[in-house]
Amino acid sequence: MQHTIEELEELARKCRIEIVKMVYRAQAGHPGGSLSEIDLLAGLYGTTLRVRSDEPDWEDRDRFILSKGHASPGMYALLAERGFISHEDLTSYRVLGGVCQGHVDMKWCPGVDFSAGSLGMGLSYGMGCAIAAKLDGSERRAFVMLGDGEIQEGSVWEAAMAAAHHELGNLKVILDRNRIQNDDFCETQMRMFDIPAKWRAFGWNVKEINGHDMNEVVEGMNYLSETNDGPSILIAHTVKGKGVSFMEDNPSFHGAAPNDEQYALALSELGVAV
Amino acid sequence: MAATRDGYGQALLELADNEKVVVLEADLGKSTKSLHFRKAYPERTISCGIGEQNMLLVAAGMASSGYIPFASTFAIFTERAFEQMRNGVARPGLAVHLCGSHGGTHTGTDGSSAQSIEDLAIFRTLPNVTVMHPSDEVSTRILTKRLATSTNASYMRTARNKTPVLYDDTPEDSIQIGKGLELKNGSDVAIVACGVLVSESLKAAEMLAQEGIQATVVDMHTIKPLDTDLINKVAERCGCIVTAEDHSIIGGLGGAVAEHLSLTTTTPLERVGVKDRFGESGQSDEMLELMELSAPHIAKAARRAMQRK
Ligand SMILES: Cc1ncc(C[n+]2csc(CCOP(=O)(O)OP(=O)(O)O)c2C)c(N)n1
Repeated sequence: MQHTIEELEELARKCRIEIVKMVYRAQAGHPGGSLSEIDLLAGLYGTTLRVRSDEPDWEDRDRFILSKGHASPGMYALLAERGFISHEDLTSYRVLGGVCQGHVDMKWCPGVDFSAGSLGMGLSYGMGCAIAAKLDGSERRAFVMLGDGEIQEGSVWEAAMAAAHHELGNLKVILDRNRIQNDDFCETQMRMFDIPAKWRAFGWNVKEINGHDMNEVVEGMNYLSETNDGPSILIAHTVKGKGVSFMEDNPSFHGAAPNDEQYALALSELGVAV
Repeated sequence: MAATRDGYGQALLELADNEKVVVLEADLGKSTKSLHFRKAYPERTISCGIGEQNMLLVAAGMASSGYIPFASTFAIFTERAFEQMRNGVARPGLAVHLCGSHGGTHTGTDGSSAQSIEDLAIFRTLPNVTVMHPSDEVSTRILTKRLATSTNASYMRTARNKTPVLYDDTPEDSIQIGKGLELKNGSDVAIVACGVLVSESLKAAEMLAQEGIQATVVDMHTIKPLDTDLINKVAERCGCIVTAEDHSIIGGLGGAVAEHLSLTTTTPLERVGVKDRFGESGQSDEMLELMELSAPHIAKAARRAMQRK
């Protein structure tokens, strides 16, 4: 099923509303990195990822690994829009017994391929999925979403080196380059200098896009699909908190919920009549 | 009510007069509360980015050069640096002080990935490492300050959420590393607890008192070295023991007490802890209930222990 750019933008807008609602209801969680990643997720699921909502465990599905698993509201919203879970399930975010655990968890939620929470683990796991697909002679691919703070973990680079060594053309990374991590801006916490050059030096195919321009997002997804001579990474320049003015580029909304007033403002900015 | 992690943050500030004290962070200073030190003494605060393994060994190198490093992250993320702690810190005997905040299921809705329930067990296996899990903000502050003059490496777990303040009026001298604190001294059953379950144990003791059962309650804030004199004393007085911790029943406080008792007495022991399973997202009080760690469950364990006398 192919979508127009406008449809993908609308999908992302709906997800943004759900993200804000989830975090507000729970009065906890991670809105910033959910709002920065959501255009990418909409583009990925809308154009590229081969998955079946009526058969989430389909053996030959592409794997999607949200390694920055704290940005779970974004993924849950998308899974609800795509029919993997219900909109009712979204109210269980961070609630005892809920499908929507604080961090995405494959034991709890259909459509989730990786139990995340500790940063720096998803790329190695994705590499394992990619090797298994090759051994199986399957066309399936592994897509891994990383945060820019997350790539400070050394284990990411162990996996990056190994994936290039094993020429894993079916391993694809999307990097959410929103320039903010937990405590502050990346530039303050840990300067990373030339990120594209680093990945190139590790033997990866690299493309950079504006992660909020849906035309570029779709182009980027096509690039990942078509690049099969070794692992590839899409470095998406994004804005943390994108779509909600007071969350944008604001480290305070990495892991904080809006209050009543902020909630109303956020919804109205996202086009919800309140 | 106050959170033990705030006691840690306050202690770092109070230690700052000693210019050898340095603080290491792994992008969780706002959460572990080392941020106050960072703001006041940026030149003595080393940001390691999101890189816990690197942080531990940077701390070791600084300790070997005469500094007193306090490194912190969430309890769960200290675990990926376990080997660094073993081979780079404990083995050479360097006094690196590692603090893991947000420990236990009490940490809540972040869910099972964040609920460290094995940290006390793993760090307890390391020679030359002191392991602590204080129960309130005041004792956390005092014990953290004492670490600065200790020659041992340490691991201290603090909690995210607020718990009752127990030691506001207690003389600082009575709060010492390796010395448990007797908060109640009944003679029917001894409840030995650490961390957030100390105040639950006090509630359990009240429940038991209504049935005419007089409980001893010990705050065993130091799991290693264990205050075995105090364990012997309360074992003799009460004839049965209950341990209580927001941690796996395997290898933590309950494990330490069991290991000790197996050498000396046949005192019945009941262990309240997480029963070899993972947690899930939930509020702190819901988690204590789900994991059977709350006061009624401690009281139940006390009755079981008494029946086994
Ligand atoms: C190993 C590990 N260390 C620390 C954390 C705590 N933590 C959660 S999110 C976060 C910041 C992540 O920043 P980034 O990867 O840039 O994510 P985003 O900005 O997209 O939310 C940190 C430090 C963690 N989850 N895992």
